[in-house]
Amino acid sequence: MTKYIDQGKNDTRSGYGEAMTELGRTNPNVVALCADLIGSLKIQPFIDENPERFFQIGIAEANMMGIAAGLTIGGKIPFASTFANFATGRVYDQIRQSIAYSGKNVKICASHAGVTLGEDGATHQILEDIGMMKMLPGMTVINPCDFNQTKAATLAIAEHEGPVYLRFGRPKVANFTPVDQKFEIGKALMLSEGTDVTIIATGHLVWEALIAAERLEEQGISAEVINFHTIKPFDEEALLKSVKKTGCVVSAEEHNFLGGLGESVARTLTVHNPVPQEFVATQDTFGESGTPEQLMEKYGLNNKAIEKAVLKVLKRK
Amino acid sequence: MAKLDELQDIVVQTRRDILRMVHKVNSGHPGGSLGCTEFLVALYNEAMDLKEGFDMDGKDEDLFFLSNGHISPVFYSVLARKGYFPVEELNTFRLLNSRLQGHPTTHEGLPGIRVASGSLGQGMSVAIGAALGKKLNGDDKLVYSLHGDGELQEGQNWEAIMYAAGNKVDNLISTVDRNGQQIDGPTEEILPLGNLKEKFEVFGWDVLEVAEGNNLEAIVNALKEAKSRTGKGKPVCIILDTMMGNGVDFMMHTHAWHGKAPSDEQLENALGQNPETLGDY
Ligand SMILES: Cc1ncc(C[n+]2csc(CCOP(=O)(O)OP(=O)(O)O)c2C)c(N)n1
Ligand SMILES: [Mg+2]
Repeated sequence: MTKYIDQGKNDTRSGYGEAMTELGRTNPNVVALCADLIGSLKIQPFIDENPERFFQIGIAEANMMGIAAGLTIGGKIPFASTFANFATGRVYDQIRQSIAYSGKNVKICASHAGVTLGEDGATHQILEDIGMMKMLPGMTVINPCDFNQTKAATLAIAEHEGPVYLRFGRPKVANFTPVDQKFEIGKALMLSEGTDVTIIATGHLVWEALIAAERLEEQGISAEVINFHTIKPFDEEALLKSVKKTGCVVSAEEHNFLGGLGESVARTLTVHNPVPQEFVATQDTFGESGTPEQLMEKYGLNNKAIEKAVLKVLKRK
Repeated sequence: MAKLDELQDIVVQTRRDILRMVHKVNSGHPGGSLGCTEFLVALYNEAMDLKEGFDMDGKDEDLFFLSNGHISPVFYSVLARKGYFPVEELNTFRLLNSRLQGHPTTHEGLPGIRVASGSLGQGMSVAIGAALGKKLNGDDKLVYSLHGDGELQEGQNWEAIMYAAGNKVDNLISTVDRNGQQIDGPTEEILPLGNLKEKFEVFGWDVLEVAEGNNLEAIVNALKEAKSRTGKGKPVCIILDTMMGNGVDFMMHTHAWHGKAPSDEQLENALGQNPETLGDY
């Protein structure tokens, strides 16, 4: 299989912050909004260089989404950022009506997604956001896998016309995609070709999938790993081409199995080519306090869980 | 009435608990916790009318809701020291499989907690609901709630503030931790709250201001006064001027310790300023 090297663990939110700095210099229409979480979102450099293009909204996310929608009228490209929980569930109707239904060019940029935000616990650990966002007509949903890809995705969505949900996280995770790899919205990336099973992963579970694939190779199992950084629009072609060859799928995401990437996979398979699928995802539960590693272990979100799911799905082939 | 020096002993021990809890897991929120220590100690040990033990319905006793859930360390310490659960359990704060979650929750069944908080701005609505429930039950006990000042930037608070006054929820005493700080800096720079007393009053609340929000005697008197103003057709608000990080010199006069744990040396220094009173857990 194709080998990937971790260039040094880094947090995806810093990828967002770096891209914002770059956008501040290159795109005068880009404006940033934040709700009392500047440090967590890593946008201080953008603010320092473009104080007039930054809006500190205070702890008022609903107002932030409305103001972002309004800023698009006149041509600004607002990047509204906060924790994933407060960027989605808290303000769902504001996003639905003022942004999605109204077709506004707002970029909702959400850090601290999933259980791996760690010790803060379940009140902050949203595992339902991909589902909520992908259900909104016209919304693009992106969950990049590492620092480099988060940076590339942030740059790419500035060029894309229409509402986007960009999801990233708090912990430092492996950084393995090439620096300056162009990000193509909606185009899944083949990372390693295989013949026995397809692993469809998103976010930092892509790295876990690669580790699992390596261990599976030692057992004589050839796994194909595809990085589904974009959940919507869903790259049906990439999935269907792969399963034609492998005949079974494991989906992997830091999200509830209800509503997530796995369900988009399942829907596509059901309509076009029903084959066995296993879900690596949380099992309709809330999270809890703990370290990211502990939580990934307990909630079955690491490479071991992916390996186990592969062995299971192979038996169902 | 518990003597002030007894309350003071609990305050100092609670500060130690807070500092040791956040230090152990290198996360959590000491600043706001320390700023509200005197208030919560006085509330639970002096003002509230509480039954033995804990049940969710809390009939015929006063209830408290912590809306600014990030100051869970002080809440957990005060509950444990009051006997709701073993003080040793403070050792499990923010650890995997603990009942002491980063933010308070009912999900793990920790006695003393009646609703989850952590996502800001929701607690006053819940407190109003509980207060309305008491009225329906013919229960004349009170409902207390605590809110951060930054937290008041959430619009839901103002829906609740309007509702409570408009519907004469006069068995409710909501306190605002007016420390003037939030994560990104001073509240008046981030999004000015302005004159909170006037804002609450114009919405129809009876408002008390406590200038010395870390002075036990002032707090005890204010709570007594607030209680005497209930049942008169208006919800009661206490605006408590506090010092974030109170009791630890290097944590005061800054927002830096909102959500940051002390290092080993800083912990030692901080504990040195607060010698053990009731015994560490
Ligand atoms: C809805 C929501 N938005 C944002 C946050 C993140 N957050 C946690 S505490 C905090 C600042 C709260 O300020 P304040 O209420 O004044 O509390 P203090 O910092 O004084 O303890 C923020 C923004 C949150 N917990 N909930
Ligand atoms: Mg404050």
